[in-house]
Amino acid sequence: MGASDMSQSDSNITLEVFRFRPDQEDEPTFQKYDVPFNEDWVVLDALNHVKDQIDGTLTYRWSCRMGVCGSCGMMVNGEPKLTCAAFLRDYYPNPIRVEPLNHFPVIRDLVINIDDFLDKLEKVKAWLVPKEERSVSDGEYLQTPAELAHYKQFSMCINCMLCYSACPVYGKQTEFIGPAAIALAHRYNLDSRDGAADERAEEIFSHEGIWECTFVGECTEVCPKNVDPAGAIQQAKVTATKEFYQSMLLPWGNKK
Amino acid sequence: MELLRHDILIVGGGGAGLRAAIAIGEENPKLSVGVVSKVYPMRSHTVSAEGGAAAVIKPNDSIDDHAYDTISGSDWLADQNAVEVLVNEAPTELIQLEHWGCPWSREPNGTVAVRPFGGMKIERTWFAADKTGFHMLHALFQTALKYNNVTRYDEWFATKLLVDDHRCQGVVALELRTGQIRAIAGKGTILCTGGAGRVFPFTTNASVKTGDGMALAYRAGVPMKDMEFVQYHPTGLPGTGILITEASRGEGGILINKDGYRYLQDYDLGQPLDVHDSRHPQKRTMELGPRDRLSQAFVKEQEKGRTMEGPYGDYVHLDIRHMGEKKIDKKVPFVRELCRNYVGIDPVHELIPVRPVVHYMMGGVHTDVDGKTALPGLFAAGECACVSINGANRLGSNSLTELLVFGARAARSAVRFGAEAGDIADDKIIALAEQEQKRIRDQFFQPKTGKERAETIAALRVELTNVMDSGAGIYRNEESLKAACDKLRELKERFERVELDDHSLTFNTELTSVLELEYLLDVAEAITHSALARTESRGSHQRTDYPDRDDEKFLKHSLAYRTEGDPRIEHSEVVITRWPPGERVYGS
Repeated sequence: MGASDMSQSDSNITLEVFRFRPDQEDEPTFQKYDVPFNEDWVVLDALNHVKDQIDGTLTYRWSCRMGVCGSCGMMVNGEPKLTCAAFLRDYYPNPIRVEPLNHFPVIRDLVINIDDFLDKLEKVKAWLVPKEERSVSDGEYLQTPAELAHYKQFSMCINCMLCYSACPVYGKQTEFIGPAAIALAHRYNLDSRDGAADERAEEIFSHEGIWECTFVGECTEVCPKNVDPAGAIQQAKVTATKEFYQSMLLPWGNKK
Repeated sequence: MELLRHDILIVGGGGAGLRAAIAIGEENPKLSVGVVSKVYPMRSHTVSAEGGAAAVIKPNDSIDDHAYDTISGSDWLADQNAVEVLVNEAPTELIQLEHWGCPWSREPNGTVAVRPFGGMKIERTWFAADKTGFHMLHALFQTALKYNNVTRYDEWFATKLLVDDHRCQGVVALELRTGQIRAIAGKGTILCTGGAGRVFPFTTNASVKTGDGMALAYRAGVPMKDMEFVQYHPTGLPGTGILITEASRGEGGILINKDGYRYLQDYDLGQPLDVHDSRHPQKRTMELGPRDRLSQAFVKEQEKGRTMEGPYGDYVHLDIRHMGEKKIDKKVPFVRELCRNYVGIDPVHELIPVRPVVHYMMGGVHTDVDGKTALPGLFAAGECACVSINGANRLGSNSLTELLVFGARAARSAVRFGAEAGDIADDKIIALAEQEQKRIRDQFFQPKTGKERAETIAALRVELTNVMDSGAGIYRNEESLKAACDKLRELKERFERVELDDHSLTFNTELTSVLELEYLLDVAEAITHSALARTESRGSHQRTDYPDRDDEKFLKHSLAYRTEGDPRIEHSEVVITRWPPGERVYGS
């Protein structure tokens, strides 16, 4: 469909939106809104229509509306989605159920609390710890395109939390570090400039949740940026297992 | 009211704010820093920057060339001392970002790669594919996590500067999660809140770009500088306004009209080379001309009836097909992703519809090269500030560099100020914060008693943005600007009658929207009145009734001061060091 093929119909589409106002009610409810169906609209456009024209109390986060700021993740008909990239036309004429992302405490309506993730990002040291100190006056670290490609995919995480809401392990045990934080830790572990993989491993393996993570890869499936957190987790596990056996079987060879 | 305290406060957690926070961490880890941001820092709009960041790094380049390109690009309105600071400190800042993990794209030998960009004579734009701002922001955010002296106030919305004894001593902020209004004290306060593109209806800017810091400073008596200079980026997607990066032209993309003709050759931007010619794209020529000239060329082309009509306005085509799939996926993968997701086309095989879109405010809070404003204790950096290095037209890839260089400088300058500053006047600023709390409660949480019809946020916002578009767009004149000024006056009156649906305390985004609307109204009046007073054409400010540049009268900055009525506009001298004003020549 090109921009010139836009069709604006007179029909409506129904949103069934999760509502929860903690200062007014104890239990969440669902509220229905009929919004105009526009071929080019995403779910976020429909929510903005509700907010501006129907009900100013509806509460959700959004910002860039181009899939890069990571604010607008919600459950759309039961699947974690960036609502700025979920088109109404893919659901029409059926109603669309919009809920806050699974597995997080709800602050209000569609707004979730992500403090836990931010704490974990800090715990896993998701920043570059240089293998060799270098002063700025000495210029950049050299890194070949191949070395860059080694970790680049894992650096694309926008922290949208879709993977956490899809993760069956996190759903049961929120102590599990979880997909995005592990992917970002792994991103630095794989960076040729970095030297802190050991320090991160302690944190990543601090909770047994990682061993319950299977190859099913729900996180990777829902990732809007093709980060493949499941791949990162499996790679991290292989490295850890290898190092464990090396330290057991070859204690003279791989002592830290 | 309880008073939260820090040595230095930063308002805004985007690129400039985070760079400032880290600079303080490096300068003196004992200083406590508060970062007040209305969104989680990694949601800030720096995340959407695509093309790259400029700094001289390659042996074929020179600092003077970067300075000259920037100054001529600014139509000689940039302060040349500020530009010299920018270009001199740019390489260090970008290398520093590299040391913090930013995944800059590389040459085969492992050094950082650079690409050509509009208005730049030599390729000097560092890039991380076409998600440069995203990678910079996340590298800064993740690096900032390791500084224990930095306290983040995520999703706290600043509503007022706390000024006592002619000195900024902190801010009042609304904690979104609880609805509490708090006073946060700092001996230095740095505004890093970004631009105000949301004052226009069609913009690349995220919803958060509502000029908060500009308006906060303006209300505290600090002038906004050069607000009439609004950058239209020539290639936005019709309808959504999503940006298609200039890097697509830096990598060889071309602009064509409805006849398939490369129309830029008709607008003093030089002659086209075949896309397969090894010299294409030529720097400072055709598609690599500056953004103001390209956006103006679109309007002229539209007037000639040579653009195409679409449901979301007229458009031309950006053609990158000749780059081929491999290069597109390597150099501008996000362009492909955005086109597929939002237009339903694949630019490997199809033409991309584009039109000019509001992208960047050259103007902002008036500061010096150290980020200092006229109000002691108040500093500003990044898009919300006007140092000025951008003058009448910013060159693409200078703004990411700017937010690093001046974010760090403003931080060091705030630290120096804080070390000398006297104690915070606790009682007085708490009293001010309590007044502000009362203002918000009375204005937005009490039912309106008058007979007149209540106003809605959405209706006022639509009228505001539409009048900015019709009155202060790419081409303006006295009539259109006066109409916009009149309308804004009316909207400010009607704003007093806005009623909210939402009176709850928890995460009240209708409240933040109405406060943002109030900021937008302030920024809008500074834009229109500054534009009305500048009776010349320069860079992005094109007056159809005054089509020529007038150095005699207007080689000057505009300063807009808030008053009870219309803003007062003054003018101040531009700093010229080594590059006397000349003609802007492109296409040689």
